[in-house]
Amino acid sequence: MGESSDQAPRRYSRRRLLLTGAAAAAGGAATVAIGGGVALAQGRQDAAPPALVDTATADTTPADTAPADTTVGVEGDGVAAGTIGSATVPFHGQHQAGITTPAQAFAAFCAFDLRKGVGAVRLAKLLRLLSDDIERITSGRPALGDTAPELAAAPARVSVTIGFGPALFDRVGMPGARPAGFADLPAFPEIDKLEDRYGGGDLLLQICADDPITVAHTQRMLLKDTRAFAAMRWVQRGFLRARGSGSEGSTPRNLMGQVDGTVNPTLDADVDRLVWHPGPGWFTGGTMMVLRRIRMDLNAWDALDRSGMEAAIGRRLSNGAPLTGTEEHDEPDLTATDATGLLAIADFAHLRLARGIGPPLQIRRRPYNYDDSPGSDGDSDVGQVFCSFQADIANQFVPMQQRLAAGDLMNAWLTPIGSAVFAIPPGCQPGGFIGEGLLT
Amino acid sequence: MTIATARHNRRWGTAAACAGALLLAGCGSSGQSASPASSPSPSAVSTADVSTAAVPSAGSSSAGSSSVESGVTIADTWVKATAGTENTSMTAAFGVLTNSTGQDLTIVSASNDVTDRTELHEMAMVDGAMVMRPVAGGIPIPANGTTTLAPGGLHVMIMDAKTPIAPGDDVQVTLTLSDGSTVLFEATAKEFAGANESYNGGSSAAMDTKTTSMDVGSSPAQSGCDDAGTEVTSTDG
Repeated sequence: MGESSDQAPRRYSRRRLLLTGAAAAAGGAATVAIGGGVALAQGRQDAAPPALVDTATADTTPADTAPADTTVGVEGDGVAAGTIGSATVPFHGQHQAGITTPAQAFAAFCAFDLRKGVGAVRLAKLLRLLSDDIERITSGRPALGDTAPELAAAPARVSVTIGFGPALFDRVGMPGARPAGFADLPAFPEIDKLEDRYGGGDLLLQICADDPITVAHTQRMLLKDTRAFAAMRWVQRGFLRARGSGSEGSTPRNLMGQVDGTVNPTLDADVDRLVWHPGPGWFTGGTMMVLRRIRMDLNAWDALDRSGMEAAIGRRLSNGAPLTGTEEHDEPDLTATDATGLLAIADFAHLRLARGIGPPLQIRRRPYNYDDSPGSDGDSDVGQVFCSFQADIANQFVPMQQRLAAGDLMNAWLTPIGSAVFAIPPGCQPGGFIGEGLLT
Repeated sequence: MTIATARHNRRWGTAAACAGALLLAGCGSSGQSASPASSPSPSAVSTADVSTAAVPSAGSSSAGSSSVESGVTIADTWVKATAGTENTSMTAAFGVLTNSTGQDLTIVSASNDVTDRTELHEMAMVDGAMVMRPVAGGIPIPANGTTTLAPGGLHVMIMDAKTPIAPGDDVQVTLTLSDGSTVLFEATAKEFAGANESYNGGSSAAMDTKTTSMDVGSSPAQSGCDDAGTEVTSTDG
């Protein structure tokens, strides 16, 4: 849309005025319609309406033809079937997508606060709008009213997960509906340096896809429908390796270089027990999200030698194997000692403290990396948007975080700067909407 | 957000006719027609209906012919929210109409449940600017084809609204077709920056000739419908 030089013909200038006038004069006497504006820009001069009467499928809506399988091919939009861009993740189901879904490469976590006067009735309207948008977008169709529908043609496994902050239940006059065990995290004064700009929120949209343009466009569409109901609080973006860059299904590495997320419940029985809320009540099949923004001090980390780095985590950097094993998924031997008689996996090692003692209460970890602009000193501003899902924050996440806060050597290089929790409602079926169990 | 399509024939409504027509409609919508197969999304429930097979109205093909009629359905319906915009007295409804019958049909009139005035509009170039105006002869839906109602194109104009339409609100619209049947749908309001129609009433159906502008500001539409959470306004942390 760069402007031409002053050589631009007068006709063009007049058009430009007409076009920009509509936007700039918000409410002025502009006599231009947006649709007409487009026609003008294309030099359309005839008086015929740009009628969209077609005997074939309407080109603006590849709608309603999306197959139920896992890929869509949108003809004419350059996204071939069977590609990363055409893959889809189903929206409807017992649980929301984006939780046990293998992590997509890119994510945006968007938090909002409900506007004054938005209670249960209006919240339900918002959630209906969002659910309709999500259903369309996740199947590779544009949301209604999308002015750039071509950008919706590559779903790239996009998922959108909706969550409710602890205060939302009060705001909509339903404090009794807050799931048991769901509350803001306690303070961890040993480690926390929390900033408001990365914490809290009434409503969360977690948008994940294997294509960053899909994430951006989905975010744009959903924000448009949300802003009348809720004010933006923060957005945190994250990324993993691009799809196809690493081996499929491998545990990702964080920006310190560690294999991060080896222990994650994958068996259905474990997921049922550790991730999904057992009920009873509207929250049955839901889960709870913890989102922590954790800054990495890479300068100090760089001062360690490799064995120091491995001792701090309790795993090898090369492949993530515990220091007592050779492969990533080898069971660590927490009692083994090394040649000097010291514990091979130290008592300060992240691995040991994350596990704790007694029956394991794992969490479903789904972290992303962030990499913001360095300051003038050139120091990296990087870290992790730590994201985990668990059936019960109080029983699973909090005890683990307390152990880590008290003793994890990694605290020397990691600083939590943001913290938020969200109750993730169960999924919905066609015709329903996310949150219907709470609001209907 | 879209919804049901009900097709009523006012004259022929016996129970027997209903049953038979429903069956036929079902066949038609499950892919037999040459039209774009709208696999019924939840938003486009094809309840088309009642006695289409017995419609003798506009002549041409009808009951007993070999073509399977399932009437007209509409999907992907929405309406532009006006709350917070410059002109809250008018807005427009959009959607994709599918005519599963073998005959060309036309939307001849429309009504809605929030205002007393509804018009069928087109966009046209008048004096170098695009304006909207009543479309002469109604909005055609070709046999076994679709017609898209969209910003910048054909649309159903909802006029003389006395209160703003907030995002998430529903508006019910009824379209009356040239064969006497009707299509009822519900459209949910969405915030939309475009569709700032300039109204030129002086074309075909000649309303008044003045030009009025329907415009929106760029700020988010905030409407304050209160419900359960009214008193709680502060944000934590």
